[in-house]
Amino acid sequence: MVIYGVALLSFCMLLGIILGELLGRLFGIDANIGGIGIAMLLLIFLSDYLKKSFRLGDITEKGITFWSMIYIPIVVAMASKQNVLGAIDGGLIALFAGGIAVLLSFLLIPVLSKIKK
Amino acid sequence: MDIFEVLNTVLSKNGLITSFVFVGCIVWFSYFLSDKLTNGKFHGSALAILLGLLFAYLGGIYTGGKQGVADIGLLSGVGLLGGAMLRDFAIIATAYGVKLEDLKSSGVAGISSLFIGVILSFFVGATVAVIFGYSDAVSIATIGAGAVTFVVGPVTGTALNASSEVIALSIAAGLVKSIFVMTSTPFIAKYVGLNNPNSAMIFGGLMGTNSGVAAGLAAVDPKLVPYGAMTATFYTGLGCLLAPSILFLIIELLY
Repeated sequence: MVIYGVALLSFCMLLGIILGELLGRLFGIDANIGGIGIAMLLLIFLSDYLKKSFRLGDITEKGITFWSMIYIPIVVAMASKQNVLGAIDGGLIALFAGGIAVLLSFLLIPVLSKIKK
Repeated sequence: MDIFEVLNTVLSKNGLITSFVFVGCIVWFSYFLSDKLTNGKFHGSALAILLGLLFAYLGGIYTGGKQGVADIGLLSGVGLLGGAMLRDFAIIATAYGVKLEDLKSSGVAGISSLFIGVILSFFVGATVAVIFGYSDAVSIATIGAGAVTFVVGPVTGTALNASSEVIALSIAAGLVKSIFVMTSTPFIAKYVGLNNPNSAMIFGGLMGTNSGVAAGLAAVDPKLVPYGAMTATFYTGLGCLLAPSILFLIIELLY
């Protein structure tokens, strides 16, 4: 049943966000720490476990893969609702502060990639 | 009977459905352009994201609001489709099929990239603030935090009692970062080796802006999305933890 996949995905998201929220409270800050990442790990582990012990059906799987395929259109919608004007209105300080941070971070990708090797 | 009024009512009332048509048209048009003009060399999804940002800019000018096209009544559904709830739902779904070995083998690099990313962005923002003449530790730290993400900026500014003008500036710095990551990633990716799960995790940890990382990787290779999103999701939390505390104290010592 396709709803099993959607429900599993939703359950992981809610549990992940709750744990992320609790983690934030634990550190005394008003922000979610890693909720989505925790949810992703939950989905990876749970689906792996369920596959082995119950066999997730093809259709159940589609309840998850549909959402992963609709990801890019969602990102396009997200881009269409950004406050682009606000970013431009911030002037030179905002432009330099945000822009240089991004450029330097890009430069560090090849450096940090070597850690693994 | 006014046909425009009927149209307006139906499209607004069924906002989410209208947004599917709107986004579908953007994506179709982008892949069409990518195919005809660049022979598919420039990714259709990258073009679609750029077009989306362009519409957001036009929407901002037209309505004066902060939500891009979502402030236009007819297109309010775009706000729901592109909002944090569905975005995060889809990001989590992309994790289905992630290889655990890839996550484990990049663990150390991913975690170090998180700390380096937050600290580097903070000090870049702080330095720019100093160059532009700010000399009080609170303003410098708030603008530095804005260069971390547009959430960390106001969280830090509020905690430190920064002026609302400085907080607005920190949000703008975070917005620039996020939009710059969205637009530049497809162009820069091949020069920095951003083409495998390991470098995607590092990318997510260094940049940290959820929307920037989500859109940037989608335009490079959708398979890399879960790896970048995995580290990026810890970034804002870590920033909120470090910026108003240790990082602010360092700035205060210097000033």
